[in-house]
Amino acid sequence: MKTASPFLELEAAPARATVWFDGEPLDLPQGANLAAALLAAGVAVFRHTPASGAPRGPFCLMGACFDCLVEIDGVVRQACMLEVEDGLRVTRPHEAEDSGAPV
Amino acid sequence: MRQCDVIVVGAGPAGMAAAATAADAGLQVALLDEQPRAGGQIYRDVDRVAALRGGILGKDYTEGRALTAAIRRDGIEHLDGAVVWAIEDGFCVSYTRAGQAAQVSAPKVILATGALERPMPLPGWTLPGVMTAGAGQILLKQSGLLARRAVLVGTGPLLYLIAAQMVRAGTPPVALVETQTRADLMRANRHLGGALRGWPYLAKGLAMLAELMRARVPRYTGATTIAIAGDGRAEAVTFRSGGKPRTVACDTVFLHHGVVPNTQAARSVGVPHRWDAAQHCFNPVVDAWGGTAVAGVFLAGDGAGIGGAKVAETAGRIAALKVAEELGRLSADERDRRAAPLNRLRSRQTAIRPFLDAAYPPFAEALAPADATLVCRCEEVTAGEIRGYAKLGCIGPNQTKAFGRAGMGPCQGRYCGLTVTALLAEATGQTPDQTGYYRIRPPLKPVTLGELAAMDDGARDAAE
Ligand code: FES
Repeated sequence: MKTASPFLELEAAPARATVWFDGEPLDLPQGANLAAALLAAGVAVFRHTPASGAPRGPFCLMGACFDCLVEIDGVVRQACMLEVEDGLRVTRPHEAEDSGAPV
Repeated sequence: MRQCDVIVVGAGPAGMAAAATAADAGLQVALLDEQPRAGGQIYRDVDRVAALRGGILGKDYTEGRALTAAIRRDGIEHLDGAVVWAIEDGFCVSYTRAGQAAQVSAPKVILATGALERPMPLPGWTLPGVMTAGAGQILLKQSGLLARRAVLVGTGPLLYLIAAQMVRAGTPPVALVETQTRADLMRANRHLGGALRGWPYLAKGLAMLAELMRARVPRYTGATTIAIAGDGRAEAVTFRSGGKPRTVACDTVFLHHGVVPNTQAARSVGVPHRWDAAQHCFNPVVDAWGGTAVAGVFLAGDGAGIGGAKVAETAGRIAALKVAEELGRLSADERDRRAAPLNRLRSRQTAIRPFLDAAYPPFAEALAPADATLVCRCEEVTAGEIRGYAKLGCIGPNQTKAFGRAGMGPCQGRYCGLTVTALLAEATGQTPDQTGYYRIRPPLKPVTLGELAAMDDGARDAAE
């Protein structure tokens, strides 16, 4: 789960937002990159792999690796391509299938 | 469908420069980029961030504002937050933006899709807390985040840049674990003549090293048998250096041994690629203008072959001049007159490359990983399994899909493709060119049914 943050924030963002991660409320900077904000809040494990259940967290932060996948409103999405919004409910992806309901 | 003269994919230095130059020549430009704000990875979020921490990031970063300013003008429609998932003949580019799929068409396309970190498969590289060095840069640039206890692993100037920025910000890395050897540097010296033309670059590198020395950041060079250890997340880097086994405790690891062209979009439209032995990667085949074997498709920037931000900017301008001429907005003479100084500039800007390629070669252990190491992160396929496929008669990356799921996960081979090619080539004795690469087909990025619902039938077909 959440641990003490391995990251230091250079400046505290003034506007905050409440984001729920796996049912737990987090106080994150409004408008920040979601993956970065979760990392800063001490979330290390974003998902578990469908193949072996191994824990994963963001690797590239530029939308290429898909290791930051989370589930929002039933859709699996890349946290590093999203921004923090107040009230966002984020969970680790539930299903084994993790490619965002592609076609 | 919206029409314009040229579609530019990617708003990094190459894409921004291409868009601005095309607009200067009177073209209507659609500039598509995945990020909410222009800059690419190198100038990520520069407009917002330069004032906040320009001092830490340095002038090479903040001067990206000249490019972001140049694209705020008539003639350029900057579609930010646009994820391109298909590029089809003619050209029709399909993308998702704000939860809706849409399309734009133009007779010319300039792909400026930049670089990806070279895959660095090591034992433990999939543990949470292990990231690319590029990711470390993105965290610092965009979000002002610094890893409290980070070890930088690999080789190349980017490691020194990150380390120097961390020192300036007051949280130096725990250590640098560098893979290049003294012998590499000796070999590189043979290219010093060329490198001296790139002297400002070299001087910057030396200044960064001096910064690290003053901050007493431990540097281990010639490191081998590197692994990341940890129970459920990165806790230490283990390696051998100077003849001794070593362990450095940490909670973040940044990996880097060079960057490689992000070729997904170019491959998807059928641009031929060729193996580059000096840079250990596939490069798209381009002419001096960035033109390709696919008429109307141009490439610029690191996506066309690694050169760095300055080269990318120059190449973007050069490609745009050619596009403007082909569309009748510039005479061939005028095109050449404007391109001449740019070509001279580019040759100065690329002079440092042979030196860098020789001094900081990719880490051999990560080019041909040990059998137990995961190669395909998405589907968790090991190097040993890929070698096993070769024994069973698999000769190319597309055939691996008949044996297992390598390359079939959501990243579509972005972080395993080069390793799979290398492993198969090693096992079969064929060249990387003979071995080939994954066939890349749309959708280049996942697109959801909800996003597609708003599209017309033609576009939906393209996604299927
Ligand atoms: S961290 Fe790689 S896609 Fe988000």
